[in-house]
Amino acid sequence: MIQPSLKDLGRGFAEPAVCSQTVFRQALDALSLPGRLQFLDLSGPMQSMQAPRNAHPAAAALLLALLDQDCKLWLSPGFDESDAATWLRFHTGCALVADSKEADFVWVASPLEMPAFEKLAQGTAEYPELSATCVVQVMGLATSDQAGAWSISGPGINGTSHLQIDGLDSEFTAQRRASQAHSPCGVDFIFTHGVSLVGLPRSTLIKD
Amino acid sequence: MYVAVKGGESAILNSYDLLAQQRRGDPAVEELSVDQIRQQLRLAVDRVMTEGSVYDPQLAALAIKQSAGDLVEAIFLLRAYRATLPRLGYSVPLDTAGMQISRRISAAFKDLPGGQVLGPTYDYTQRLLDFSLLATGAKAPVARQAQASTEATPRVVDLLHHESLLETQPAPSGDPDPFDLTRQPVRFPADRSARLQNLARADEGFLLAMAYSTQRGYSESHPFVGEIRFGTVNLSIAPEELGFEISIGDLPITECQMINQFQGSQEQPPQFTRGYGLAFGHSERKAMAMALVDRALRADELGEAVTAPAQMQEFVMSHSDSLESSGFVQHLKLPHYVDFQSELELVRKMRHSFANPKDAHAAG
Amino acid sequence: MLPVETITPSLVRDPRINFAYLDERTKRMIRRAILKAVAIPGYQVPFGSREMPLPYGWGTGGIQVTASIIGPVDVLKVIDQGSDDTVNAVNIRRFFQRTTGVEVTTDTTSASIIQTRHRIPETPLREGQVLVYQVPVPEPMQRLEPRETETRKLHALQEYGLMHVNLFEDLAHYGHIATTYDYPVLVNGRYIMSPSPIPKFDNPKMHLNPALQLFGAGREKRIYAVPPYTSVESLGFEDHPFEVQRWDAACELCGSRESFLDEVLMDDQGSRMFVCSDSDYCGKRQAGIP
Repeated sequence: MIQPSLKDLGRGFAEPAVCSQTVFRQALDALSLPGRLQFLDLSGPMQSMQAPRNAHPAAAALLLALLDQDCKLWLSPGFDESDAATWLRFHTGCALVADSKEADFVWVASPLEMPAFEKLAQGTAEYPELSATCVVQVMGLATSDQAGAWSISGPGINGTSHLQIDGLDSEFTAQRRASQAHSPCGVDFIFTHGVSLVGLPRSTLIKD
Repeated sequence: MYVAVKGGESAILNSYDLLAQQRRGDPAVEELSVDQIRQQLRLAVDRVMTEGSVYDPQLAALAIKQSAGDLVEAIFLLRAYRATLPRLGYSVPLDTAGMQISRRISAAFKDLPGGQVLGPTYDYTQRLLDFSLLATGAKAPVARQAQASTEATPRVVDLLHHESLLETQPAPSGDPDPFDLTRQPVRFPADRSARLQNLARADEGFLLAMAYSTQRGYSESHPFVGEIRFGTVNLSIAPEELGFEISIGDLPITECQMINQFQGSQEQPPQFTRGYGLAFGHSERKAMAMALVDRALRADELGEAVTAPAQMQEFVMSHSDSLESSGFVQHLKLPHYVDFQSELELVRKMRHSFANPKDAHAAG
Repeated sequence: MLPVETITPSLVRDPRINFAYLDERTKRMIRRAILKAVAIPGYQVPFGSREMPLPYGWGTGGIQVTASIIGPVDVLKVIDQGSDDTVNAVNIRRFFQRTTGVEVTTDTTSASIIQTRHRIPETPLREGQVLVYQVPVPEPMQRLEPRETETRKLHALQEYGLMHVNLFEDLAHYGHIATTYDYPVLVNGRYIMSPSPIPKFDNPKMHLNPALQLFGAGREKRIYAVPPYTSVESLGFEDHPFEVQRWDAACELCGSRESFLDEVLMDDQGSRMFVCSDSDYCGKRQAGIP
């Protein structure tokens, strides 16, 4: 992990209260309307944010907005050569953990580094909320009905809609289906690509 | 013609004026100062600080002035203020053994190192109204001897450790941080640090009633006052950057150690068990009630049957906070006419069915 | 838009108070709870509820939720018993004006956030709106089983026999289900939830609603959510299905026969009349606005 000096550390939010609220609303839209693409608006007070190396701006902004001293964060190896850890530690006070199973938030640099579900906190039947929120950077996001796209339904989706996430392998849907057998336990995902993000809470049903 | 009710906003604004007038009382009478409250209603200030969970006598006195003496309202004001304060860190645990004693008694022992120091107390006064206090301008009273003592006054619980007569309470393994229920929601069963925090902030009346119940058969623990001490303790912090402790001031507190029924088992010889109470300022009733309820809530831990309300964690901890209890009881004053309308409609329907069984039968 | 004569249009924001009153760390804690609530529809997420300047029991949960989601460009409507002008709604609205400076409105259609106590607006909501409910008792089984340690297990095991038996006992006793408000619902086929003390008349509005519905219980320290387009079914029995209230009267002011009506006592002889509970809906109908 790189330990840059403070003066080299990228800037966070220029107006923390306003920026956190705006980005949070997008996260809320993402998880309450799964499969609907959200776009981070990098104009205005957001433009001065300097995301760390290897970070999608949407993912960096999301974690910057949501994390604080009460959160445990796990970073995938793709961030080893990046200042992501220091950036988030400095701006949010979050704690870094080595074991992904202990993390409240998991930041995955690329879909190939997606941890197995059993390595993520999924909550318990009595406390299903004690589970990870996984921010995964992927190769592309699309909502059109093309070959290979998922057909999704469930809370937040009017009927059915389509979602394509580039780079995720079939292991993911298989593991997710297995995890849903233990509903309400599960993991909640937000996928990002550049400035776009899309939510996939555990409640969404995928037909692939 | 009926016109829908309007003007809620102006009613509220007018209520503020009426309230301010009520609070001030007769303008011909001199206004009460915050300093006067702080000095001469100090036991009220102590209670407001303890339940308000903020040590600041000035603010507590202000809250009492603003609430016209309604202490539960004053506690609310202080708590709401506390919720806005930034957290800077934690102090080092208070060393109550090193307290500068103003008052120190033990019911368990006739005499003990440091002695029995009666100090300032209502305990042995006769509760006769003192009409001389109707007048003002009397000379300020001066006590016959110095109040504070600098003699070493070890805690009774430490004295009893020598014979291992009293259970010790080692820190849990890993020495975890105490639970802070103002930051995280409590989960049941709650650990002792969460319970003690809840009790420290608890409404004194509720806690007193719960404590009293334990003395009347609703769980029994045969308590003795091991010690009550009231005085000033030092407050220190140990910032990481410095690597050592620095004193940042001192504050008056009241500590109560209750010694309770002994426990033993096949594997362990019997020992006395403990209950603990702590409050800001001079608050003996609160500290004692807290210690009795603390012990009662340890029933699970000590393998005792949980039969009485004072032993039920969820019952005690869910009803101890005066903000919650006062808020919810008084919320009944809020408009509930929509729900009442629903009830009216149902009762009318049912009464109709009752009076006309044939109709009811047809309707199915 | 109707003239906002019932509210002070501009209460300047107090710059000494952090935006929406709560400190940023508290907002984050609540926001994280909201996100988990949305991912697990109908499940009550515990959160570290703060003391607020209004008492517990008077809407602090709803206020904390609104305070955590609201931004400078939101438009806020606050109602209590369906009206913008009841004293508690006025007090809460003024609180937000003072701490955020956001635009406030009585118009249901132009609000982006609607905080409500005990009613769902008659005017259908649309996607993008957020309805924040004030909840006194989040646990639907609390009256039957006060211990949270027990109800938590029942929710975990999806064991809701207690609720069905309770409703059934009403039928046996009175011939009717005696619950007329805070009528329990099953969300997304999984969790039984308290919809808050809205009249059962309003329950059908929750089902597949395009708006996001958030629920805040400050005193009991729980947040829960119903995402848009989510199934919300009121409990019932095959031979005694759920049914809503009906009136024989119409609203005296606007003539509506579709809305929830408040009873107003006219004199001490027992004469009464009925008017819409939803003041915005009724006012628009009176003015002929669709």
